[in-house]
Amino acid sequence: MTNPDTRTEWPLWEVFVRSRAGLDHKHCGSLHAADAAMAIQMARDVYTRRQEGCSLWVVPSAQITASDPGDKDMYFDPAEDKVYRHPTFYKLPSEVDHM
Amino acid sequence: MYTQAMDTMPKELGEAPKTLRSAEELALQQRFDARIDAGDFIEAKDWMPDNYRKTLLRQISQHAHSEIVGMLPEGNWISRAPTLKRKAILLAKVQDEGGHGLYLYAAAETLGTSRDQMIDALHTGRAKYSSIFNYPTLSWADIGTIGWLVDGAAIMNQVPICRCSYAPYARAMIRICREESFHQRQGYDSLLVMMQQGTDAQRAMVQDAVNRWWWPCLMMFGPPDDQSPNSAQGMRWGIKRVSNDTLRQKFVDATVDQARVLGVTLPDPDLTWNEARQHWDFGAIDWPEFFRVVAGDGPCNQDRLANRVQAWDDGAWVREAALAHAQKQATKQQAA
Amino acid sequence: MTASIQLQQDTATQYLLRLGDTCLILGQRLGEWCGHGPVLEEDIALTNMALDLIGQARALLSHAGAGQGLDEDQLAFLRDERDYRNPTLVELPRGDFAFTVQRNLMAATLLKLLWQRLQTSTDAELAAIAGKAVKEARYHQQHAADWVVRLGDGTAESARRSQAALAQLWRYVPELFEADAVDDAAAASGLGPRWADVQADWQAEVGAVLAEAGLQPPVGSAFRSTGKRGVHTEHMGHLLATMQHLQRAYPGGVW
Repeated sequence: MTNPDTRTEWPLWEVFVRSRAGLDHKHCGSLHAADAAMAIQMARDVYTRRQEGCSLWVVPSAQITASDPGDKDMYFDPAEDKVYRHPTFYKLPSEVDHM
Repeated sequence: MYTQAMDTMPKELGEAPKTLRSAEELALQQRFDARIDAGDFIEAKDWMPDNYRKTLLRQISQHAHSEIVGMLPEGNWISRAPTLKRKAILLAKVQDEGGHGLYLYAAAETLGTSRDQMIDALHTGRAKYSSIFNYPTLSWADIGTIGWLVDGAAIMNQVPICRCSYAPYARAMIRICREESFHQRQGYDSLLVMMQQGTDAQRAMVQDAVNRWWWPCLMMFGPPDDQSPNSAQGMRWGIKRVSNDTLRQKFVDATVDQARVLGVTLPDPDLTWNEARQHWDFGAIDWPEFFRVVAGDGPCNQDRLANRVQAWDDGAWVREAALAHAQKQATKQQAA
Repeated sequence: MTASIQLQQDTATQYLLRLGDTCLILGQRLGEWCGHGPVLEEDIALTNMALDLIGQARALLSHAGAGQGLDEDQLAFLRDERDYRNPTLVELPRGDFAFTVQRNLMAATLLKLLWQRLQTSTDAELAAIAGKAVKEARYHQQHAADWVVRLGDGTAESARRSQAALAQLWRYVPELFEADAVDDAAAASGLGPRWADVQADWQAEVGAVLAEAGLQPPVGSAFRSTGKRGVHTEHMGHLLATMQHLQRAYPGGVW
């Protein structure tokens, strides 16, 4: 009877808590909720049980765009190591060194 | 709550792949290994070996399942808690466990599987949870004993994971460990009150609970090191930090003193102080029982799973309704 | 077996017990959801509410018993069934999720309205309890109202269950606002408002939520439940047998 039917799975939300006025909101985890009001209520119940927050933000995870330092490692570090890929590492004859 | 995932998963998951790999992938692997060796953290979008991802997903999701299933043996006594203070403490504790499950599902989802898929794995028996929760809570003293021994063992297992190489898991564990010490202290306090101020009948209840929970708690640390083939790879990846036997010995050493203060006898006639080793020697663990229970043949496996499946199935119409309502609202807003 | 305690039944004590028992018994019912919620997040939310209610019960029962040398646990666990003064509404079995959220809406709205007025009670301790509890009740009401609307205006099945729950619960509402000597005495002394005094606001607030949910209360009947007077339903005996068991079975026990 259990069926991971994506039609009934509640969307994922990321939760940000600001514990004291003057500080930034900090990402503290995620939860599933059907709508924004529910997400806020649940975030309060789950992430501020011990009065850990004075302000809550919830954002649908799908709405977040991330930069990927991970990709940088994967795509750029190898390039830095593989010197034959970098144009300045090729000594060309001066008559064609304008590329 | 601890999961024996590392020790009960298929051997091939814990091994480095034998298939041919490209030079690029090997370079990425080397960079990954170097980061692990340097004690760096791996984040969700970083490249990682497939087995590392699968192993972590299995361990984290089973850890999450353990928290959720763990709500059941303790939840069994909420309606019968003997005082309002103890009822409040137990409600808070079980609520914490639900929250821990939630943090862990969130961490596991960063690896690319949805919570519903993980729950489906649990309900169909493909995923496991800590075998300790397959034992019944037969008296109120079981609740205090779980706090003292089960949470005590879990803390010992969990503190090292706060330094796990996979950062979302490590962060979830730090949050969990902060909340966990309250659980152990409250359990011990509950037993201490009964032993020191309670009646003979209460003292007998406590001793009976300890007699039933002691050995299953020792099993929580997993099989002996020489029977744990995946431990080495787990250590290599920075997922497992301390060996099963080391943690188990640490637990016994800490608990013997606590038992003495309580005035209970641990049910092990072979428990003796070893002056040379400076540790407590303890008796043989019934490993066939452990593997039987892990395989599904324990006292409560069927009930626990049936309970979880029932709650899930009974809740389907609620989850569908909430989504339907949200969709209606979204449509209305767009039309406006 | 630990015997039941006997207590004085003056009107002030009864007034406090009505409040305290409402919180205690509703808290007991909500705690039953633990591990059985439709989704993990709701499990946590319902348990959170149970915790709030138990906290309110502790404060109220402590206060109610202080004058008679009885503590919160003696009152919670050792009274005879006839001495519990909760309205029948809160002792009903938890039912399905639609039933639970609707009952929560009704109870939380009532408690919120009472707590608001109790903040100016001539009883300083009761006023202090109210000051803290009103915030919790507001949150419980919000949570319940959101869910009543989601389920009333969700799917065909959730609407059907919601309508069925409302039909069951509505019969137990009139008792909430019945006037009697206990309330008259409380109003006269400034201890607290008559429950009847909050009826208009209650109807307006609950009515608004039901309307938004597309739910229609049934036609009123002449039936009156009698929990506030200590005459309960068949459900109460089972609830108390469970709740009181350890205290009864371990005379002299210290927990």
